[in-house]
Amino acid sequence: MITQPYITNYLSEHYADDAYRELSGYEARGGFEGLRKAVQMEPADLVELVKSSGLRGRGGAGFSTGLKWSFMPSGNDRPKLFVCNADESEPGSFKDRLIMERGPHQMLEGILIGAWAVGASKTYIYIRGEYKVPTRRVEQAVKELYERGYLGQKILGKKGFDHDIVVHSGAGAYICGEETGLLESLEGKKGQPRKKPPFPAQYGAFGLPTTVNNVETFAHVPFIVARGLDWFLAIGTEKSPGTTLFGVSGQVERPGLFELPLGTPLGEIIDHAGGVRGGRALKGVIPGGMSMPILLPEDLDVRMAEEFLSERGTHLGTGGIMVMDETTCMVRVAAVTSYFFRDESCGQCTQCREGTGWIHKICERVEAGRGSPADLELLDDLPGLMEGQTICAFADAAAWPIQGLLRHFRADFEAHIAAQRCPFPESFEL
Amino acid sequence: MSPETQRKIEALFPRYPEKRGALLPAIYLVQAEKGYVGPQDARALAELFGLEPVDVWEVLTFYNMFYTSAQGRHHVYVCTNLPCSLRGARTLLKELESHLGIRCGQTTPDGRVTLAHEECLGSCGTAPVMRVDGEYVENLDLSEAKRVVDSLE
Repeated sequence: MITQPYITNYLSEHYADDAYRELSGYEARGGFEGLRKAVQMEPADLVELVKSSGLRGRGGAGFSTGLKWSFMPSGNDRPKLFVCNADESEPGSFKDRLIMERGPHQMLEGILIGAWAVGASKTYIYIRGEYKVPTRRVEQAVKELYERGYLGQKILGKKGFDHDIVVHSGAGAYICGEETGLLESLEGKKGQPRKKPPFPAQYGAFGLPTTVNNVETFAHVPFIVARGLDWFLAIGTEKSPGTTLFGVSGQVERPGLFELPLGTPLGEIIDHAGGVRGGRALKGVIPGGMSMPILLPEDLDVRMAEEFLSERGTHLGTGGIMVMDETTCMVRVAAVTSYFFRDESCGQCTQCREGTGWIHKICERVEAGRGSPADLELLDDLPGLMEGQTICAFADAAAWPIQGLLRHFRADFEAHIAAQRCPFPESFEL
Repeated sequence: MSPETQRKIEALFPRYPEKRGALLPAIYLVQAEKGYVGPQDARALAELFGLEPVDVWEVLTFYNMFYTSAQGRHHVYVCTNLPCSLRGARTLLKELESHLGIRCGQTTPDGRVTLAHEECLGSCGTAPVMRVDGEYVENLDLSEAKRVVDSLE
């Protein structure tokens, strides 16, 4: 069972309470006030409200949720779809799992508010196949919503507000977290991302207009509608309002989730996790899931919001913070990271399919003490040859962490090549 | 596939604007029958969905959770991604290899356990983790991992 967040805020306030998973318990704690308010509004005003809230998607890219909704065509000549991206697979990320296990109705209420706003008649919730418990919880919650008239026809007695939800299991492929890879997978195909344009709002799942949002993104929506703009805008930073569930993992005393306002300093979040394990010194921190470039101990002052992290050459991503102590061999980190991307590349673009393999082979060779200065030169070039050259952002995600490691820990690579062995005997085992 | 499985699959069709949307759930249903989906099953699915066998086969082999050959009675998958590795997952996997007398990716000769590694399972706050017959076992240490593996019949 996933642990409770160590620090809670509006999202996770009631997660310790088992009753909150159930519709009656959720309603008793303010649930569905947002939807009730939403259906009194004109859909266009609702889209405008979410746009003005500045809510940024919590799946990794940080795009404006309201703006995304506004891309959906108006009119009802074709059915419109919502897709909830619950394929949480970015290494270091485990927040959507918590939301689905402890507060599934938040996500579902957010979906229904969005459905009213854009006129979507159906939502597919695409949950990664390994997430058995979250899937069961969401299925149970959907069943309750049908029984109580929150799903089906004339929701809340509103003529023309019909909505259905289908829970769909993925089958173990990281690339299906990429939104067009997900759409392909939902159509019963290999999860190979699509070229854009056309964007999903024009041509999404099964060719229908589709909006894809992340689990946590949906979960914030009911609070924004129920409590209002002023309340929401007072939390977090000017450009990144609200909280997020920061996940801290790796070599800290208390790994886990911490719901804190966006813009909380990185060092403060790591302090909440009890600091580096065993009183050791910090060597590096990945701030937003494995795709994001690593930071150094002197970056602990950075505020965890995209506008500040991008100044340091990295990104907020999913807010999954991975902490590495002084014993860590950064070439091993590169080897683990590059293995993952090699294994998960969907294979359709040459730069990514070949580049991820090359990077991994070089990292393994250097770690094994068989690397040469030429290997390092190749490692300098490869990420740049992949980044921005492919159909989807996976190649960027594979390139960035390697670039980050070379930028900050080049000495680790050079020491391996000079000594022809790994000079970090106390590092985690490979 | 059994007539019952076929009925279950056909019942899924209306959930999707196009029948093919039900292919992943259908593969899960066929797999639940005998533990894997072989070439014969792929042809039967292709027939049912009006697809070519290769359309089904490429889907089957794209996803990690589908199997095209027989597996052990129990599946033990250890996450070896970075957050778990930083907390000892690879040491643990090596110990399990020697405990079971097989290498990662193999099945014990009696067909009892298939041991493999897997990528991030979203259990980074409770690392290391392994997935045993689909259920997560979290905050693992070696003695607990051995106990769980030994308890599998």
